[in-house]
Amino acid sequence: MSHADAIGSIGARDLEPFAPLLERYVQESGALCVLIVDRTGRLLTLAGDPMGMDETSFASLAAADFAASDQLAQLVGEKEFTALYHNGLHRSMYLADLAGWAVLAALFDSRTTLGMVRIRTRSVVPRLTDLLTALANRTEGPEEEREGMQADWMSEAEDSIDRLFAE
Amino acid sequence: MSMINYASREINCKLVYYGPGLGGKTTNLEYVYNKVAPDTRGKLISLATEQERTLFFDFLPVDLGTIRGFKTRFHLYTVPGQVYYNASRRLILKGVDGLVFVADSQAERMDANIASLENLYENLADYGYDASRLPIVLQWNKRDLPNSVSAEELQSQLNPMGVPTYEAVAITGEGVFNTLKGVSKSVIQALS
Repeated sequence: MSHADAIGSIGARDLEPFAPLLERYVQESGALCVLIVDRTGRLLTLAGDPMGMDETSFASLAAADFAASDQLAQLVGEKEFTALYHNGLHRSMYLADLAGWAVLAALFDSRTTLGMVRIRTRSVVPRLTDLLTALANRTEGPEEEREGMQADWMSEAEDSIDRLFAE
Repeated sequence: MSMINYASREINCKLVYYGPGLGGKTTNLEYVYNKVAPDTRGKLISLATEQERTLFFDFLPVDLGTIRGFKTRFHLYTVPGQVYYNASRRLILKGVDGLVFVADSQAERMDANIASLENLYENLADYGYDASRLPIVLQWNKRDLPNSVSAEELQSQLNPMGVPTYEAVAITGEGVFNTLKGVSKSVIQALS
């Protein structure tokens, strides 16, 4: 699997090592929440309180944001920008590259500082990168995948498609 | 590839609408947004210019509901059709699970259709994606216009692979859901 791509399916066990790391990160950085999204715009996991935010759209736009910044970096002679910062009046965001195919996005407010978020991000990124690299390089999919989807899943999904996209 | 997240019990599939500029890709998404039940869809996000031309992409998440314990969701994207936005188009194709190529039926847009289709295959090849294994459907849009060429002509010029085709008038919604049903069922079948 190329680093420039997404990984396939994710098992419950795959994400177990992420949870304590991310929970500690939220606690120590003072961020409201942290999301890990892949570069195709899909949410992998999160910690903290996303406060009812539309996580799906957030993941899509965060990935696009990073993708655009990669192109900008190349235009100015950089291989990549490894982190991005968006400064808001009440809430701000700090985004960091993970293993070339995922992004850490931390949302924070005035209860912490950019400096604190940046320091904690720098410290957690290598460990998250190791975990994601191991995930991308694994030779077999998650154990749940080997069991396959239930036989009637497809027919139910097709029925749902017919209902949802009915004129 | 579709990502099944067994931890959160979610399945997310990425569908991309591709095609030449002003062919009706955004119109397809707008129709879907306006017609599906509001509780099944998220916000329609458009990164567009002031003239409402797609600059980066449009994005619309649509929830299929929970099927056998898995929350199943389609992420619908469009790409900018204009030739010079290829960097954006390439980025959006990353991780694509299914494609709708929206062709403009007007005779004078045939060259643009062909160029866009070639560009699609080039961009897929750059990512190492095998177009013959990816669910792709073609939509012949703008069938209502007097200068539209015949479906047979479109078929012979644009569909050598013989993928499913759908006639549409996206602006009135005709054929939009049929197209979406076709590609989404192909993606679901590829998952099973």
